[in-house]
Amino acid sequence: MRSISKYFSGLFRGILSLLTGMSVTWKELWTKKVTQQYPENRATLVISDRFRCELTMPHDENNEHACTACGICEMNCPNGTISVLSKMIETEDGKKKKILDKHIWDMGMCTFCNLCVITCPSNAIKFGNNFENAVFTRSKLVQQLNHEGSKMREKKKEVKPVEPKPVVETKIVSPEEPKMEAKSSKTVGLLVDAIAESKVAKQVETKNESVEKVKPTEKA
Amino acid sequence: MLLNYSQPLEISHLTTWLDSALRAGMPEFWVLLIEFVLVGVALMVAYAVIALILIYAERKITAFFQARLGPNRVGKFGIFQSVADMIKILLKEIIHINNVDKFLFYAAPFFMIVASMLTFGAIPFAQGLHAIDFNIGVFYVTAVSSLGIIGVLLAGWSSNNKYSMIGAMRSGAQFVSYELSSGFALMTIVVLAGTMQFSEMIEGQRYCWNLFNGHIASFVAFFIYLISGHAETNRGPFDLPEAESELTAGYHTEYSGLQFGFFYLAEYLNMFIIASIATTVFLGGWMPIQIHGLEGFNQLMYFIPSYVWFFGKTAVLIFLSLWVRWSFPRLRIDQLLNLEWKYLLPINLVNILVMVILVLTGLTLTDLFPNLF
Repeated sequence: MRSISKYFSGLFRGILSLLTGMSVTWKELWTKKVTQQYPENRATLVISDRFRCELTMPHDENNEHACTACGICEMNCPNGTISVLSKMIETEDGKKKKILDKHIWDMGMCTFCNLCVITCPSNAIKFGNNFENAVFTRSKLVQQLNHEGSKMREKKKEVKPVEPKPVVETKIVSPEEPKMEAKSSKTVGLLVDAIAESKVAKQVETKNESVEKVKPTEKA
Repeated sequence: MLLNYSQPLEISHLTTWLDSALRAGMPEFWVLLIEFVLVGVALMVAYAVIALILIYAERKITAFFQARLGPNRVGKFGIFQSVADMIKILLKEIIHINNVDKFLFYAAPFFMIVASMLTFGAIPFAQGLHAIDFNIGVFYVTAVSSLGIIGVLLAGWSSNNKYSMIGAMRSGAQFVSYELSSGFALMTIVVLAGTMQFSEMIEGQRYCWNLFNGHIASFVAFFIYLISGHAETNRGPFDLPEAESELTAGYHTEYSGLQFGFFYLAEYLNMFIIASIATTVFLGGWMPIQIHGLEGFNQLMYFIPSYVWFFGKTAVLIFLSLWVRWSFPRLRIDQLLNLEWKYLLPINLVNILVMVILVLTGLTLTDLFPNLF
């Protein structure tokens, strides 16, 4: 008797659970479709800011970059993707100075590990969001990152007051503008406000540029 | 003549016109020969076209169930996707495999395709569009549709591949089991309808579908038929003969190009055949919805051509089958056989008895309310 009732209760529970499953898929049928139709949706496409697509060297409006040609990125690259070619020039006050001639990056060999960006002492390079990198010949994958005729941005000599707040503000207000000002100020007061900065960095963590800000702490 | 005015869109006008035109200028023998060839060609074309449409519909609906868009690049909404796929599969190389049983290996796809083709011919698509109308139509359909399993078993055996073999054996166990249920479910309705001929069955469902006519017993038979028919097509939760994650592709692992295309086509057409037989037997086939006493309404319904009714009803059932397919996880072989031998078959046997009692004691809807239905 028990087995008979078990048979029928099992049967009806089975049917009920099947119907529940079908109701779930029925609702799923009418949900919004998640497919991204890529070439058409270029305008609205959202790429995660942390997605590493291509190495870039941000230049400001004066065609100036922050690279000191120290070659740390080249040293840190695990598979020799970067080669920093420097040249010696003589400044007007007669000093010899090493400046960047060509910063060459081979995308074909890059593993996008981000070590070069992390270790750059002057935050001169970063990974950009342009992911459409397909080319027809392999030689086109080798890119020169510094623009033609660009030069290194002069460091501001005056020491900034140890106030982290304005620094943060400029960053939040203009996330698009490369972090030139922010960075240069950082390079100046690097050791001084590194600790204060790290506290602020935590607050700004949600913002896009937070990656940049954490760097000084690592260096410190 | 009356037919001409009341049903302007029927294809049967075309066929009767063709027939009379041929008969006017030719002896009987040639007329029949030409008509046979024409019917054969028309069926084959319909077979291919329906398969293409089904493949497209399946991919689209599947995509919607998974919150995707599905094919949408070839033509507007991707409607030419399956045409492109067909061209691809026709042009693909047939890879010859060394250690197979050559004769059986190449014969197997034809068994599949011939079995579903033979069944296809017996389906009443519309008023007057019915190639084979035996007086034992239901019996014929059950018989020839079960020929397909020979193709599956041969493919698995001759491929000389353990995955194909396991897939074929599973398919054999599944097919033989579920053939029983689907046969019994159809028998239940044969008891109700009192005929095995499809055309008579459809005529008998003019005012009341068999699904409603035998109420309880009919509903049970309908669902059992859908389940077992679904299982016979090797799809959905019953796809263990070709379980991709376990057996690469099951019995057709070694096939390529057009031969694989045959299996693929037969699989989709079997889905259509199951749905269309269910339509014919349970849902009134091509017969439009008719209500006793409402002549104007009945005429209006007849304006919608019968093939639209048929394909509409079939499409609903196909959608149901897809819905089931994308809802449930795959059964294990023991669960599969449990479902059949412990649940469907005993319920089915009792159900036939119930149906016989219903018919004999006059408890069907047509007997209870002769004026309404």
